[in-house]
Amino acid sequence: MASSRPRGSSFSRNISSAATSQVPGVKLGPNGTSFLSSGIPDLDQILGGGFTLGSLVMVMEDPEAPHHMLLLRNFMSQGLIHKQPLLYASPEKDPRGFLGTLPSPMASKEEKSHERPADPDTNLRIAWQYMKYFGEQNSEVQRGGKAEYCNDFDLRKPLERHFYSGQQVDCISLRDSPNLAPLLERCSTFSAQITNFRSDGHITCAGRIAIQSLNSPQCDFSDKEWNMLSFIRSLKGMVRSSGAVAVISFPPSLVSPTFLKRWQHLADTLISVKAIPDEDKELAKLLTGYQDMLGLVSVHKVARINTQVPAILEATTFSMKLRKRRALVLECLNQAPVDGSSGSSYGTSGSCSGSSKTGNLDF
Amino acid sequence: MPTGKKKRKKSLRGMDNSLLEEAVGIADNRGRVVVVVEDCVETSGAFVLHHFLKRSLHPDSSDVVVFIAFAHPFSHYDRILRKMGCNLTVQRKNQRFLFLDMLTLECPDRNEREAREDGLLALYGEIEKAVEIYSSLEGSRTITIMIDDVSLMEVAANGSSNHVLDFLHYCYSLKEKYGCSFVTLNHEDIYSSANTLPLILQPEYLADVIIKAEPLATGLASDVHGQLTVLNKGSACDLGGSSSKVRNFHFRVKENNVDYFYPGTRT
Repeated sequence: MASSRPRGSSFSRNISSAATSQVPGVKLGPNGTSFLSSGIPDLDQILGGGFTLGSLVMVMEDPEAPHHMLLLRNFMSQGLIHKQPLLYASPEKDPRGFLGTLPSPMASKEEKSHERPADPDTNLRIAWQYMKYFGEQNSEVQRGGKAEYCNDFDLRKPLERHFYSGQQVDCISLRDSPNLAPLLERCSTFSAQITNFRSDGHITCAGRIAIQSLNSPQCDFSDKEWNMLSFIRSLKGMVRSSGAVAVISFPPSLVSPTFLKRWQHLADTLISVKAIPDEDKELAKLLTGYQDMLGLVSVHKVARINTQVPAILEATTFSMKLRKRRALVLECLNQAPVDGSSGSSYGTSGSCSGSSKTGNLDF
Repeated sequence: MPTGKKKRKKSLRGMDNSLLEEAVGIADNRGRVVVVVEDCVETSGAFVLHHFLKRSLHPDSSDVVVFIAFAHPFSHYDRILRKMGCNLTVQRKNQRFLFLDMLTLECPDRNEREAREDGLLALYGEIEKAVEIYSSLEGSRTITIMIDDVSLMEVAANGSSNHVLDFLHYCYSLKEKYGCSFVTLNHEDIYSSANTLPLILQPEYLADVIIKAEPLATGLASDVHGQLTVLNKGSACDLGGSSSKVRNFHFRVKENNVDYFYPGTRT
């Protein structure tokens, strides 16, 4: 977990020190913005605190693997645990069934046991890239205070039923309608509900909208590109004015190139996921820990609300791994040690490998 | 008046971003220019817009800005400009800043031509009215019209780029009539196929200054956020010679201003 901390520099902002607001699951950020947790502690840290409230997050799917579902599941689960209203739309016939696959948060004592693994070989580690071990002590402290904001999820254990049996979950199948008007209507009533909870400008309730595979060919409107585009624009406007975060996943290969660019411009936060092929010898040689990798996550754009300064991440591509086959973690890509010239710190070596190696991967 | 003009020019020159000012060279031109800002997914060019906004609302001048927002709400710009030392709420009260929130502008999806035109037509009417009122007020002032995302205007018009082009041409006609300036932002990387090209090429042709924001070819860096290419076509009164010049420099965006520098001059 400590090795997963993307910021190795000692000058990085201490996120845990940011004031937590009154609302559960909402954290105050810079420039008068608030954050919602993405449900993945590492992703929160990469994005500087989480998904910005009022932003539109777009996830570009891998056409061959359902990795985007991992992001969606964690995002939704986290919201349900915070008792935030949730709107879920998917091209499946029975979207409510998806709720049964959501992961459950890890019990705290279970987590403790992960913090200090009893394996004898961890005591005997070779400390190359030693900077990443420094974070280990910090993260334990952080986790204590942050437990409420962001949970670790056990991907093998389904979420208990009582979390989603309440009134606050709305599920829609995208397949039912020939156009996006019904979905837009549901979204607008959803965001109107959230806005009603607001009292004199202060957010008292945050909502989450998750839309899976918006332009999947199962939907009748998947060929109406302008229609989808104006839906996304309207959704963005709605989300911006209410206290919600919308996550839309879509297969980019099904959108024509010019429209893909438009979609990307509309996104406040743009993330892409990619599976890694099983036997890519070349890549295996270049990266350490290749065997445990599940896929790659690239962050192309980070929401910039109320500020003009772009967010420059130390690395844009991270590897997705499962810790103990349960919890999803994101790690910086580490170049396998080739020569002994490792004078630089962990942070810089991480970003170097991130940008140089992935050049042929993500774009 | 000339002393005021000189003073303003001086104070602008004194600003940190003199490289952009120099390249654009509007200060010598008494306003009335058409500026097109183009950016891409990797590098946002919105900061150039903020720069022009702050410049027009400079306390020494009496210029007026009509801002047509498709991308962000007022609170976003208010916060950014406040950090740059310009209070939009006050300027709004002083009748120097008009903010038209078009975030929810929707030209109805009934595929009726009139309905579609209606949204943009109404918007143009609003702009023209505002410009008329402002120009009738005393004092020689330049009115700047800004559009923060032309591509979203196209989305609002349900993909009919012709209506957007018509709208832009109408707006350009205000330049002749009232001496307005224009600053528009568009995304260059969207327009790659032949049938979408006019929306980027026509404004480029009509522009006096084209500013392109691009990422560095070498990838992301924390102290260089990208590069700016400024093409200044030069005004018609500059007789002879190749008046158009291209400048290229790097920039780093900060909360309160932007650093501009030539490649390699920053360690």
